[in-house]
Amino acid sequence: MLQIEDLWVEVRGREILKGINLQIGTGETHCLFGKNGSGKTTLLVTLMGFSGYKVKHGRILFKGEDITHLPINERAKLGLGLSFQRPPTLRGVKLKNLLALFDKKSDAGVQLAADYNFEDFLGRQVNLGFSGGEIKKSELLQLLAQGPDLSLLDEPESGVDIENLDVICQMIRKLLQKEVRKNRQKSGLIITHTGLILNYVNADRGHVMLNGQIYCHGNPRDIFERIRNYGYEECAKCRLFEQGF
Amino acid sequence: MNYSENYYDTKDFSDDDLLETFTPASEVERPKDIGEFEEEELVRLKQTGIDLTTPDRTGTFIQTNSSVLKCDCEAQGVELLSITEALKKYDGLKDYWWKLISTEKDSFTREADQELDNGYFIRALPGEKVIYPLQTCLYIRNENVAQRIHNIVIAEEGSELQVITGCSTHPHLTSGLHIGVSEFYVKKGAKLIFTMVHNWGENVYVRPRTGIRVEEDGVFLSNYIALKGAKSVQNFPTATLAGPNALARFNSVIVAPEGSDIDTGARVILKAPGSRSEIISRTISFGGRVVARGHLVGLASDIKAHLECQGLILAEHGVIHAIPELEAHVADVDMSHEAAVGRIAQEEIEYLMARGLSEEEATSTIVRGFLDVRINGLPAELNKELQEVVEECHKGM
Ligand SMILES: Nc1ncnc2c1ncn2[C@@H]1O[C@H](COP(=O)(O)OP(=O)(O)OP(=O)(O)O)[C@@H](O)[C@H]1O
Ligand SMILES: [Mg+2]
Repeated sequence: MLQIEDLWVEVRGREILKGINLQIGTGETHCLFGKNGSGKTTLLVTLMGFSGYKVKHGRILFKGEDITHLPINERAKLGLGLSFQRPPTLRGVKLKNLLALFDKKSDAGVQLAADYNFEDFLGRQVNLGFSGGEIKKSELLQLLAQGPDLSLLDEPESGVDIENLDVICQMIRKLLQKEVRKNRQKSGLIITHTGLILNYVNADRGHVMLNGQIYCHGNPRDIFERIRNYGYEECAKCRLFEQGF
Repeated sequence: MNYSENYYDTKDFSDDDLLETFTPASEVERPKDIGEFEEEELVRLKQTGIDLTTPDRTGTFIQTNSSVLKCDCEAQGVELLSITEALKKYDGLKDYWWKLISTEKDSFTREADQELDNGYFIRALPGEKVIYPLQTCLYIRNENVAQRIHNIVIAEEGSELQVITGCSTHPHLTSGLHIGVSEFYVKKGAKLIFTMVHNWGENVYVRPRTGIRVEEDGVFLSNYIALKGAKSVQNFPTATLAGPNALARFNSVIVAPEGSDIDTGARVILKAPGSRSEIISRTISFGGRVVARGHLVGLASDIKAHLECQGLILAEHGVIHAIPELEAHVADVDMSHEAAVGRIAQEEIEYLMARGLSEEEATSTIVRGFLDVRINGLPAELNKELQEVVEECHKGM
């Protein structure tokens, strides 16, 4: 599904990503851990193609196609979707109008909002005055309406209360076709600090990003336990060990 | 110091040369009947919010140059007259005539005082709730004419009234001068929604002079829509909230094409405790200049007022000058403003592109949202106009 090869990325003249290699197979869910400022969001928005994130070296293959220099909307059309950590506010643009853009004929967006108890927000301007948790819900709702094959989720559960965590995780499970056991088509890359999501959404692999590089690949629960017990710095040390696999 | 209602109105926009340039409306052709209008003129009126076919209007007033061609209102509970008739009927309208604006304000008010062509008088009787809007049209039909208007609108106690005023020029006419003095009186517990649509020729000068007085629990909502520009507009209505809990809200949507210079805004003087106000403007420049003013003056405690100027520049050489002013004279007020001008944030466009929209679709979605201010009772035709402007935006990018 996704293949990142030796990706170097610069933001405002500063090197942020330094040689990222990562592969995500069809139907797989991966988790990305890492310190604040280590470059996780940078990786996701680079995959999506945002301006200001300059690929200096390496390439991104999606469904076998080189998308490194494709415009954002064409990546979206190919099946890439991003739930933003901090999305911009769209003044005057109502959430329901945005959802309607995905499907002009049906009221699928309205139905989705009803399913996840978000109807009251349909008439609100996108992200204007939304609370932290509401932003996450709105992002996932948009992704569900969009229906990408690879969902890039940037801290989808940060700032979400216990009850809503349940709802958010249901949304993610739906997005990633977690109910489908055989021939699952949908893949995901999820950034998480809390690891809470692992209790609801089964993930296949975990990765740790430190200072623009990926250290340590492995079982996400094990990695998260290790980070909890020994901190991120230990991850840097066990890199060599991981590479033996 | 005594802050009288005219205290703030000190800026003098006098321009005697401009007055000399144009022929008084009273000295040119006086059309006698609306039946003389060509099809394209009727289309033009429709684009200005004036619909002569719909039954959903309480009354219609049409003045062309200096002649009143139509002044029909069958409805009970509301009165529609030409201002010259109203002055006769009500003995000079002593309590309302030039009470909110000084005749000495500038050369244009002096001109309107001395050389009045006509105007309309609308009055909703006490307690009457008028469902459909009244429409009034001020139309300049000949080249190079100066039209001088004075209007008075009164919403008596407990009444509700909507007025749509469309100001326009003949589709083939380029040059003219419109002077429009308007005084609005919203009495205790009354509600007045006033929507003004400007649709001028390229070289038209526009000088409205407007005063509004809102009494206790009264509501005044103003919508100003100017999508086609003009050579020069100076429009700066001043509302005084004179009674407790009075409310005034001004919404404007202004588009300035290349070559137009639009100086507009509103001032609200919150004189009574508990009064509230909001001034919201959305301006787009396609190369023209817009000055978006807003001045809130808090003179009483427990008031709430907010000012918002948002401007988008969508073409080179465009200028948007937002001048938000807050002036509090007592401590216990809640007054705020927000202003932002510039191009559409790249981040917003890319956010929508990440959802699969093309750059053009993303831009028009944002511009459509930008222009979507709450416009109460906006006629369908105008909504369509607004959409057309949005489509224009692609070309301007
Ligand atoms: N647009 C930008 N302008 C300037 N610096 C940026 C920009 N985007 C990212 N950076 C910098 O790049 C580094 C990585 O940021 P990034 O947002 O990718 O971190 P992150 O791993 O997602 O952190 P967090 O866990 O706090 O979300 C940070 O030092 C950040 O300040
Ligand atoms: Mg981040």
